[in-house]
Amino acid sequence: MNAVEPQIGTPHEHTIGLSIEHESGVLHVSGMATYIDDIGEIAGTLHGAFGLSTCAHGRIVKMNLDAVRRAPGVVKVFTAQDIPGRNDCGPVIHDDPVLADGLVQFYGQPMFLVIADSHDAARRAARQAVVEYEALPAILTAQEAVAAESWVLPPVEVRRGDAETALAGAAHRLQGQVQLGGQEHFYLEGQVAYAMPREQDTMHVFSSTQHPTEMQQVVAHMLGWRSHQVSVECRRMGGGFGGKESQSAQIACAAALAAWKTGRPVKLRLDRDDDMSITGKRHDFHIEYDVGFDDSGLILGLKALLASRCGFSADLSGPVNDRAIFHIDNTYYLDAVTISSLRGKTNTVSNTAFRGFGGPQGMFAIEYIIEEIACKLGLDPLDVRRVNFYGDPAGDARTTTHYGMKVEDNIAPALVEQLAAESDYVLRRKAVAAFNASNSVLKKGLSLTPVKFGISFTATLYNQAGALVHVYADGTALVTQGGTEMGQGLYTKIRQIVAHEFGLPLDDIRMASTDTSSVPNTSATAASSGTDLNGKAAQAAAQTIRARLATFFANQHGLPVEAVHFADGMVSAGAYRVVFADLVIEAYRARIKLWDAGFYSTPKIHYDRHTMQGRPFFYFAYGAACAEVVIDTLTGESRVLRVDILHDVGKSINPAIDIGQIEGGFIQGMGWLTTEELWFRPAGAQQGRLMTHAPSTYKIPAASDCPPILNVKLYEGENVEDSIHRSKAVGEPPLMLAFAVFFALREACTASRGSIAPLQAPATAEAILRAIGQQT
Amino acid sequence: MTQRAIRFWHRGSIVEVSDASPQRTVLQWLREDLHATGTKEACGEGDCGACTVVLGSRDESAPGGLRLEAANSCIQFLPTLDGKALFSVEDLASEGTLHPVQEAMVECHGSQCGFCTPGFIMSLWAHYENNRADRAAPTRDEITDTLSGNLCRCTGYRPIIEAAQTAWQKPCATMSRAPVRAVLDALAELPALEYANGTQTFFAPRSVDELATLYSAKPQAQLLAGSTDVGLWVTKQLRHLGDIIYLGKVKELAQISHNDKWIEIGAGVSLTDAFATLIADEAQWTELAQRFASVPIRNAGTLGGNVANGSPIGDSMPGLMALGTMVVLQQGAGIRELPLEELYLGYQKNALEPGEFVRALRIPRQSAQPKLFRTWKISKRRDQDIAAVCAAFALSLSNDNVVTSARIAFGGMAATPRRASAAEAALTGQALSEASIRAAMQALRSDYQPLDDMRASADYRMQVAQNLLWRLFLEHTTDTPLRVGEVMA
Repeated sequence: MNAVEPQIGTPHEHTIGLSIEHESGVLHVSGMATYIDDIGEIAGTLHGAFGLSTCAHGRIVKMNLDAVRRAPGVVKVFTAQDIPGRNDCGPVIHDDPVLADGLVQFYGQPMFLVIADSHDAARRAARQAVVEYEALPAILTAQEAVAAESWVLPPVEVRRGDAETALAGAAHRLQGQVQLGGQEHFYLEGQVAYAMPREQDTMHVFSSTQHPTEMQQVVAHMLGWRSHQVSVECRRMGGGFGGKESQSAQIACAAALAAWKTGRPVKLRLDRDDDMSITGKRHDFHIEYDVGFDDSGLILGLKALLASRCGFSADLSGPVNDRAIFHIDNTYYLDAVTISSLRGKTNTVSNTAFRGFGGPQGMFAIEYIIEEIACKLGLDPLDVRRVNFYGDPAGDARTTTHYGMKVEDNIAPALVEQLAAESDYVLRRKAVAAFNASNSVLKKGLSLTPVKFGISFTATLYNQAGALVHVYADGTALVTQGGTEMGQGLYTKIRQIVAHEFGLPLDDIRMASTDTSSVPNTSATAASSGTDLNGKAAQAAAQTIRARLATFFANQHGLPVEAVHFADGMVSAGAYRVVFADLVIEAYRARIKLWDAGFYSTPKIHYDRHTMQGRPFFYFAYGAACAEVVIDTLTGESRVLRVDILHDVGKSINPAIDIGQIEGGFIQGMGWLTTEELWFRPAGAQQGRLMTHAPSTYKIPAASDCPPILNVKLYEGENVEDSIHRSKAVGEPPLMLAFAVFFALREACTASRGSIAPLQAPATAEAILRAIGQQT
Repeated sequence: MTQRAIRFWHRGSIVEVSDASPQRTVLQWLREDLHATGTKEACGEGDCGACTVVLGSRDESAPGGLRLEAANSCIQFLPTLDGKALFSVEDLASEGTLHPVQEAMVECHGSQCGFCTPGFIMSLWAHYENNRADRAAPTRDEITDTLSGNLCRCTGYRPIIEAAQTAWQKPCATMSRAPVRAVLDALAELPALEYANGTQTFFAPRSVDELATLYSAKPQAQLLAGSTDVGLWVTKQLRHLGDIIYLGKVKELAQISHNDKWIEIGAGVSLTDAFATLIADEAQWTELAQRFASVPIRNAGTLGGNVANGSPIGDSMPGLMALGTMVVLQQGAGIRELPLEELYLGYQKNALEPGEFVRALRIPRQSAQPKLFRTWKISKRRDQDIAAVCAAFALSLSNDNVVTSARIAFGGMAATPRRASAAEAALTGQALSEASIRAAMQALRSDYQPLDDMRASADYRMQVAQNLLWRLFLEHTTDTPLRVGEVMA
């Protein structure tokens, strides 16, 4: 931690660790929470809509927009030529045009922007364009990209030891492949930005974004401006899940372009179908493996190929695929290993961040392999998992990851044993086998899978955060920090953290909108890091102010500052007690600074992105799930019957919020691996068009898909690292708990088939029926 | 009919609208005209429930004579509110006190991002209003069914389900329906609605004669019932519908009648009521009824609309065809009946003449001539999905187990819902046995050539269609559980 001022005055434990309700809960249930489309519109506000390509790959030969311009209510139409600065909204590599310029690279790519006097008028006008394309060959899948050596970024290989030799010497060897589907974020609030031109060539943009600073930068670049001319604000999002980390940029840029050009406020809110057609999704993967192991299932050597569909541009595909490499070990020690990572360039939407950020795809690969090994050896998959776990951190054997980081708190084995006992794993495996022996149509499966997930941005520089705490003269406090609220409870936890430092009730602390004009140079609220980073920064700011107040109070009474306590809205030392607000007004009159900034940068982490070796993660978060499912071998339909989860959040700041993240992440992961299927038209007139572009065709879990028995428990413990109140990040890790559902389904398929079922993900009813082979 | 403004009850008084397009949605009116932004848009097609509101209408069988139902405001057109009461999420809390449903949702941590929450609240509130006074706290299945039209991407639903039960533990806070009913009674005295704006007129005739006359005179007008499909023509295809004739006020179309041979369901009867009637006669409709869309869609949509729309994947038609349903058509004063399967001529083509409309469906009663009847829907997701395959079977069996008649129909297998004549022939006159079922399964290959699309491949559709025949046989001959809903952990 960056030294601020010495820790003075002990806060009273009265909010940390309690299940405080969501800071906006009352607003949510009464319809009073303001999302961007709910902000009262300034007079003169215009509305935008994109005109989308109807070609997966082609040159724009002619784009006739006369009818668009003539349509009722239209004020202006913009194309790439109208962009004053850089026509790019890419987060890392500049290959992401705001509006296609001569070349379209996927079906649904924005080519022009219509601005009209209503949302409806803009949408209607956008469909009036007459566009001619010269079609170019389209690459749609990861495998096609591999065959064509079509990359958004060069291939990466990571190796440790000699996998070839290990494979050659292993008693058993298996080769195989599996397809793992992508996923649409389906945040309930679609992408939206509301841009307001202001005096002196400045712009304020309300953006539904996880990354206000990046929105500020891309808008500035697009306009040919400098950063101090643009401010970006976000009070809350209606869901993000990674889908508003970089994908909000195109919308923010387009709204800002139109606002600058027209001199009027412009709102751009995407219709759901447009949103799903335009914005990136979770990368789908084609995975190949060659694994060698001994009689106990211990992995001796592994060669794995991880090829992903990145879409037409790089976006965040580099770090996403890096994280897949980092997570292919999950909880297992891989001794001799070679991992090839291929980043396929395809004529589809540019895939992006999504909860887990490539980690889930890497972990899925190793779990799939473990199941193969177990089946080949006739072992319980849990036993194969056990023999492959990382070793005791006290020793040196089997404790270092393939990227050179020591696993210092390997709690996976203990956590898994606890869950196996509490979920009656052994007995229920027997019960499932008995059920399957006496039922030919319905088959059950039971699986227990572990999770280990690395916490920190792999790009070390992003692991920093800032916050501002204002204590007003009446004793209330306002907190502004760099993290964004997308429902995960960040504002709730930070409010608890600051209330705790001052010993104040929560009502005395208010959270302000996240705004680049308050806290600058922020990182995305991503990588599960929101509370870890911003919580520490807010805590540091509060501690600085508290130290001044403590010193002031101590000096008043001639007591040592260490004697000062902040609790229950009071400040006390020895026999002296004063209401917090009374001390504050006195301090104000004594001209003591009552507001301050805090800053935090994560310690210990470093990593060489060329060799991919180092300590990219501050710590690991763990968990495990046990799922029981049933499948219908006549239709492929399935149902999750019971799920038991034990998850590690360190020392929880807010158990209710953490459990909410665990359950929500689990169900979202379950959707990814079961019913959520992205289907791009493979050929024909609309080749490359995403046909599952609305909830009518893209099926996220509904209420009845929530398992009727869902037991979720927090693992007792605390972070071995000095994280905020010794808690652990919880945003992403629980998503991977859903592997238990997938592998339980696979077990059920295998029980029906009589040999290991080649189940692909997502395990839709059709995929299940295919995996069990012809029946009846 | 006389031209007049749209009038409905909202927040204690009568709202008059005279300047909105007839195809303006209730959601647009709330958000853009009233600036009541608590109700959200997230899909614009009635599939996610973020826009859920509650509509009140006159109904003698409902408590206080006021029926309260959840509806998707994103696909309901404003003139359909005429004579009704509209409730949105802002209306529940009174003087700063949250409604028990809202309070429970906060306490149970049922909201995370909060964007879907207003819709969940409204679905739960409708359920609470309709059940709190005289029924025990809802079961889990009852709650998940109530919420079948609401998607949440954050919570995983467990805390929301818990909130629905927790609300019951709090002191009862049901609304007083009488004052609303009194206003709706006054509104009912108004003449039938004819609402013109721009080049469009919205007609809401109240009798079938008025409807027949009007539609004969304006055969190009768009008939509108529940708006669960036509709504999307506007919100997604951005179509201009021209003149609209609304069926929701036609008295005769809202009727259900029985005799000992058949049940007659008026074309304007909601899916909710129609399925309740069908289930009362034949319990095998239950599973399909539950899986048919969602609660708000079933409240708005009509069985007549599902049939008249004629989608190849409409869920009701296979079952109705298998039972030998006749469709009653009217044009002017002329009425004719057709077997349902003869209504469909091809993809989105039907046998209706210009100015002719579906008046009712006549479903032979199962109690009159019991058959081995099953109708099943297979889709990616259990609730609120569109079928990959929808199947229905109705077999008459003699005492010695010979199939004396077989009616088999499928959706999702052809350009229209259609009977499987080859499979029927393979079974008819044969003993119901593994051999005859397998012959019928084989015959399905000559009945259908299904297509590949985003819902399923042709191969999958064919395999499932065949396997469902096998399931029918197993259900008839064994007692072991055959459906995933029948087993527990």
